[in-house]
Amino acid sequence: MNPVRKNRLRIVLYIVFGSSLAAVLGLMALDENMNYFYSPVELAAGKAPVDKTIRGGGLVVVGSHQRDTQSLANTFSITDGQAIIKVHYTGILPDLFREGQGVIAVGKLNASGELIADQVLAKHDENYMPPEVEGALKQAGHPDYSSSSSPATVTN
Amino acid sequence: MYFESWADFWAMGKHGLYVWSCYGIAAVVMIYNIWVPLAQQKRFKQRYLRQLRREAQQQ
Amino acid sequence: MNWTWFHKLGSPKWFYEISSRWLPWLVILSLLLLVTGVVWGLAFAPAERFQGNSYRIIYIHVPAAFLAQATYVFMAIAGGVGLIWRMKMAEIAASCCAPIGASFTLLALLTGAIWGKPTWGAWWVWDARLTSMLILLFLYLGFMALQAAIDNKKTAARASAVLALVGLVNIPIIKYSVDWWFTLHQTASIKLTEKPAMPAEMYYPLFICLAGFYCFFAVVLILRLRAEILHREHKTGWVKALMSNKC
Repeated sequence: MNPVRKNRLRIVLYIVFGSSLAAVLGLMALDENMNYFYSPVELAAGKAPVDKTIRGGGLVVVGSHQRDTQSLANTFSITDGQAIIKVHYTGILPDLFREGQGVIAVGKLNASGELIADQVLAKHDENYMPPEVEGALKQAGHPDYSSSSSPATVTN
Repeated sequence: MYFESWADFWAMGKHGLYVWSCYGIAAVVMIYNIWVPLAQQKRFKQRYLRQLRREAQQQ
Repeated sequence: MNWTWFHKLGSPKWFYEISSRWLPWLVILSLLLLVTGVVWGLAFAPAERFQGNSYRIIYIHVPAAFLAQATYVFMAIAGGVGLIWRMKMAEIAASCCAPIGASFTLLALLTGAIWGKPTWGAWWVWDARLTSMLILLFLYLGFMALQAAIDNKKTAARASAVLALVGLVNIPIIKYSVDWWFTLHQTASIKLTEKPAMPAEMYYPLFICLAGFYCFFAVVLILRLRAEILHREHKTGWVKALMSNKC
């Protein structure tokens, strides 16, 4: 094969490889979206399948977060104001995980209706603030910063 | 400086690895962007010099 | 309207000469801005209340993402000018933009992943912002592949310009993805029309870094253009004269 043709062959291979990679990634994205999203009230009503990967989202109930002192095991509860679902997660929680804040737990329901998560995602809003400023706002009695966390927003 | 000490600065709380790897990758990307055209220009000039020398020999 | 500047810009020789005068100033400016912005952002800006120090990645991530999109728009416009006016300099500019834009898209994706792991709890999620940025990377790579696949420079420039223009639709999708869909990625903190959603001691270094990245882009684009001009014009008299002067 002459060098020009070899070069062309390489380019064609690149294009085939690139487009198949894009297709695989696209399919993976679709697959990921198949893990359907359930709110706590739907989970409590048994609308979600047991032992299949699902996403449960809601606000972390204030005071519900418990961390095992020996391991990385965490338990907390999520709520949408109507039902409360207990979540078990072993691993390091994201920095944005806070009681009163919205989270998404990806995992499987067990027989007793508790979510065994293998991933916990927390969302940030567009506001960035140094800790000192937050303290000052709290002291001044700013309504948004009166609790230990920022105002709870439902992330769904 | 916002940090109390140099050790604190390098540690970046518990996020040192994340922050410094990002800045490291950024440095690599920037150096790559400078290096590629400079190397290309150098290669071109060398090839041109060789060509000039060949032409001089032929004459 | 006086169009001489437009025609002058279209002349590779004129550009090669004038850019050698711009280059040192741009290098100094981008160095000053980048060093100031990065040192300020890393060492002097305060930590964030929830994220701690990991948010300092913003000083790389946001300028890289902005530049990735701006470069694409510039590339598509240059491609369009090349299509319409058959202007050689515009074709060269479009082909030089692609690798720069691709590298900054990759930088934005990588820094985003590294930032996302401790902050959100995942390296990657298939949300609309992240996916549309990945598509931007594929558009750049497709543009470069198309350029490489076609031997005739003129045909290559035209075909890839069409691809660049079609892909332009992705830019508003990236920008508004966080508003149109539910994404893990937060909405924009800095907007043209509003005050930034962060205090001045955080956004001053961010704006300096942004300006620094844009100046850096100008520097590396000019470097690439000069190398490409020499390569494409090596048979012309002025390049021969230039080279014999130097040698």
